[in-house]
Amino acid sequence: MDVKRFKEYISWLYYQYLLVTCSYVLEPWEQSIFNTVLLTVVAMVVYTAYVFIPIHIRLALEFFSSLCGGQHESTVAIMS
Amino acid sequence: YHQKICLHCDKVNRKSSHICHNGGIYKRPFKESFEETPMLVAVLTYMGYGILTLFGYLRDFLREWKIEKCHNATEREEQKDFVPLYQDFENFYTRNLYMRIRDSWNRPICSVPGAKFDILERVSYDYNWTFKYTGRIVNDVINMGSYNYLGFAENSGVCADAAAEMTLKYGVGVCSTRREIGNLDKHEELEKLVAKFLGVEASMAFGMGFATNSMNIPALVGKGCLILSDELNHASLVLGARLSGATIRVFKHNNMQSLEKLLKDAIVHGQPRTHRPWKKILILVEGIYSMEGSIVHLPDIIALKKKYKAYLYLDEAHSIGALGPTGRGVVEYFGLDPRDVDIMMGTFTKSFGAAGGYIGGTKELVDYLRTHSHSAVYATSMSPPVVEQIITSMKCIMGEDGTTLGQERVQQLAENTRYFRRKLQEMGFIIYGNDDSPVVPMMLYMPAKIGAFGREMLKRNIGVVVVGFPATPIIESRARFCVSAAHTKEMLDTALNVINEVGDLLQLKYSRHRLVPLLDRPFDETTYEENED
Repeated sequence: MDVKRFKEYISWLYYQYLLVTCSYVLEPWEQSIFNTVLLTVVAMVVYTAYVFIPIHIRLALEFFSSLCGGQHESTVAIMS
Repeated sequence: YHQKICLHCDKVNRKSSHICHNGGIYKRPFKESFEETPMLVAVLTYMGYGILTLFGYLRDFLREWKIEKCHNATEREEQKDFVPLYQDFENFYTRNLYMRIRDSWNRPICSVPGAKFDILERVSYDYNWTFKYTGRIVNDVINMGSYNYLGFAENSGVCADAAAEMTLKYGVGVCSTRREIGNLDKHEELEKLVAKFLGVEASMAFGMGFATNSMNIPALVGKGCLILSDELNHASLVLGARLSGATIRVFKHNNMQSLEKLLKDAIVHGQPRTHRPWKKILILVEGIYSMEGSIVHLPDIIALKKKYKAYLYLDEAHSIGALGPTGRGVVEYFGLDPRDVDIMMGTFTKSFGAAGGYIGGTKELVDYLRTHSHSAVYATSMSPPVVEQIITSMKCIMGEDGTTLGQERVQQLAENTRYFRRKLQEMGFIIYGNDDSPVVPMMLYMPAKIGAFGREMLKRNIGVVVVGFPATPIIESRARFCVSAAHTKEMLDTALNVINEVGDLLQLKYSRHRLVPLLDRPFDETTYEENED
């Protein structure tokens, strides 16, 4: 029963996607073109995120830690 | 937020719904609401139209290079070097957007359009370019689209019998114009009855409502006159104004500040280059605007008209028979004097179940129109069974046939209207317009939902009218329901349940104001807002 309700929910979500992006009124071959283009763009976004975001986060954290960490060291030097 | 300032009360109301309470010129609360489009919905609608435009360009490209067969009209080979005929946006829109959802319009009906009707089923195998009839008839579809406000569209009963008798006596065709041999005694009787119904001195009836507007405005104003017309006036008023040759200035919809500014400018500056005073200033408004469901601010307009000495032309196409305690229209709804409105125009198509239009006013005006109106001189007069239908239904509404049937119908319409609007607002749809107007526009916004709504409602046996561009602004597409006195409460409940179901299926409940469900408390004068945010 749960599997059936889940499948109904997924098909309702697909229906909403069709309505919001107006694929509901397009002919089947136009729908295929649109879905292909959209999936390609989404795949490229996911791949770019997977490759670049960890490196960017690590660099950003290093930059900010060198700022704050550098400050602590210099105040400690003046105090002592 | 949308600020509205009342002329008669000094409150600046910050919400987009607006209630006026004033013991002075508005004798009853005037509540209308035009909720703003939610930002996310507007963005998604534009995105949807953008995607459809891109695919439209793709299809046009394929049609141009003959990769795909072209079904619609194009110029002939010899005319390819001339000015293009089909390149503008309207034709692009028709080819690429309207054609895809065309099956929701022009559906053939094969019974009288009363509270329920029958539709011929049709199917299309080439994506709505051509239709074939399957031969099946869909029976007893609840009619939420016909302008059948008082339920006089019926094929049995007093009106239909009287019309049938008149056909046997006079025939159907008149074969002449009013000025020649087409003036029947029935026409004279009708005109006296209409004048009595409206409370004016005299009236004149024409065969076609559209022609009443477009052919009589040119007879009343000409070059050197000024026409101030509402932004959302009907095509017949716009056509009549353009044909007359007068200068046209447009004021914002139902906005009295805009109208007053235009009137002041007109009186102070006069005609454009010579600064001579205008010969006449005519204000064109409608009683109920059918795309918005809003009622005109008539007391304000009459006050302005008297102050600046302009003339008022009121088109009561949808409000005659539908508003007011005894169905006499928007003038009675506000409790005003019919002699204040210079030209009262209306149609018999909506509440009387017939066809044609009328103009009512002083005797001098009507006598002038009899000789100078194009429609009176050149158009064939009304057909006798139609005239009899109008006479019988009008007598029924006035109570002159000895029954209270007309009064019951007017009250039933008012109850149905309030019930239907209240329920839809409680469910969470965005509904435009005044609480008392029987025209109920429900917003859909996204183009795919226009087609989906029409089809889903027909699958569940309800017939609705959906409207998109160019009749409405491009992102504000809507479904327009017309409540009728012929709808029983069970029919309205069925329709409301179906609308609720389809609204959940298509996610149409955009409203951010939640109406408190009405308890049995009297409406007291100190409540200004019944909405909760």
